[in-house]
Amino acid sequence: MRLPVYTAALTGLMATPALAADLTLSLEIPQLSVAEYHRPYVSVWVETPDKVAVKTLAVWYDVKLKNQEGQKWLKDMRQWWRRAGRDLTLPADGVSAATRAPGKHQVVFRAGASPLGTLPAGQYNLVVEAAREVGGVEVLRTPFQWPPKARASASAKGETELGALSVTVKP
Amino acid sequence: MISVRHGALAVLSAVAVLAIPAAASAHRQWLLPSSTVLSGNDPWITVDAAVSNELFYFDHNPMRLDSLTVTAPDGAKGEIKNGSTGKYRSTFDVQLDKPGTYKIGSASDGLMASYKLNGEQKRWRGAAAEAATAIPKEATEVKLTESSRRLEIFATRGAPTKEVLKLTGKGLEVDFVTHPNDLVVSEPAQFKLLLDGKPAAGVEVEVVPGGNRYRAATGEMKLTTDAQGAFTAKWPGAGMYWLEATVRGGKSTIANAERSASYVTTLEVLPD
Repeated sequence: MRLPVYTAALTGLMATPALAADLTLSLEIPQLSVAEYHRPYVSVWVETPDKVAVKTLAVWYDVKLKNQEGQKWLKDMRQWWRRAGRDLTLPADGVSAATRAPGKHQVVFRAGASPLGTLPAGQYNLVVEAAREVGGVEVLRTPFQWPPKARASASAKGETELGALSVTVKP
Repeated sequence: MISVRHGALAVLSAVAVLAIPAAASAHRQWLLPSSTVLSGNDPWITVDAAVSNELFYFDHNPMRLDSLTVTAPDGAKGEIKNGSTGKYRSTFDVQLDKPGTYKIGSASDGLMASYKLNGEQKRWRGAAAEAATAIPKEATEVKLTESSRRLEIFATRGAPTKEVLKLTGKGLEVDFVTHPNDLVVSEPAQFKLLLDGKPAAGVEVEVVPGGNRYRAATGEMKLTTDAQGAFTAKWPGAGMYWLEATVRGGKSTIANAERSASYVTTLEVLPD
């Protein structure tokens, strides 16, 4: 099993559907009219329908602060912190990244490649949690099936800290 | 048999006076941590320590800090830093320099006596061994109470750990089936109350939400432990909660003495 995965990831050539599958997250960080604005910390993870975290896909935080001081506020993403973050060692390659500015962002996670890797077949939620300094916290959940048999999309919309969000899986 | 504190208010207030010298009556003693769930590699907490009726408002007396200890996640002794005592509260810092769960608190054990001497009511507190010489032979109406008090709070850097939750088998303790730093409003928490390591059954546990100055109802919950000492706290909302239990009666190892044991903690319940 391992060799074909490796090959597919390396060459990017088409292989069996499960190997080429990917998940695309489109996410909007809203422009806010506030006196003191800081970019939100954002975490992205995969959980089972009973909310057990399976994988953390991304954590956007102040990765560049000296002495890893930016990690002090990771716990403000409360759900992620309790379900996954507190058991991780950060920074982690392919997971930790800098905070992002307001606007639309797209991230693609590929089967067989870090950080998505392999995921047992089943129903999942992609969860996005945003926590902003001097601001609030918001969590959005979007369901998806893995591995995808056909292209499928689901969306959600935040009200405060997150804007429109969509998750698209493709075989 | 064990009876609960409300049947014996007079004795309880005497215990409170002696255990916490600053308390003039059965006011609530509390420790309030600035945070209980922390991330990063150098988090600190600041803790307020006071004795008052309203939770958690420091408007009566400070708690003395000399008996407080810090236990690090690995069981080593930690340090109280920047301690200071003011008119209404004490305050101190704890640096969480190791990952895991810290315990901060005190556990005291002693004998207290009340007696009459020449018509005057007297009180004494000390170690059990000193009682024979400390209480005059002429004393009448001698009442001995073996009292143990435990006061503790928890704070966790990173993932919660269990070393500091180990039970000592002495006095009144809580066996945290649900970790004290893993509390969220949607999940009822399971705890067990133990007296000298054995289930403390049928004991009333008081759970009081903080912030009562700004609402009419105190919101306090009275829970009763089952035969296994177990009780479940269902949180009406997120916030800081004060939890207290007192057991009076039962066997004392000291001849002719009654038993009194109490437990106090502050728990932070986070939103989901």
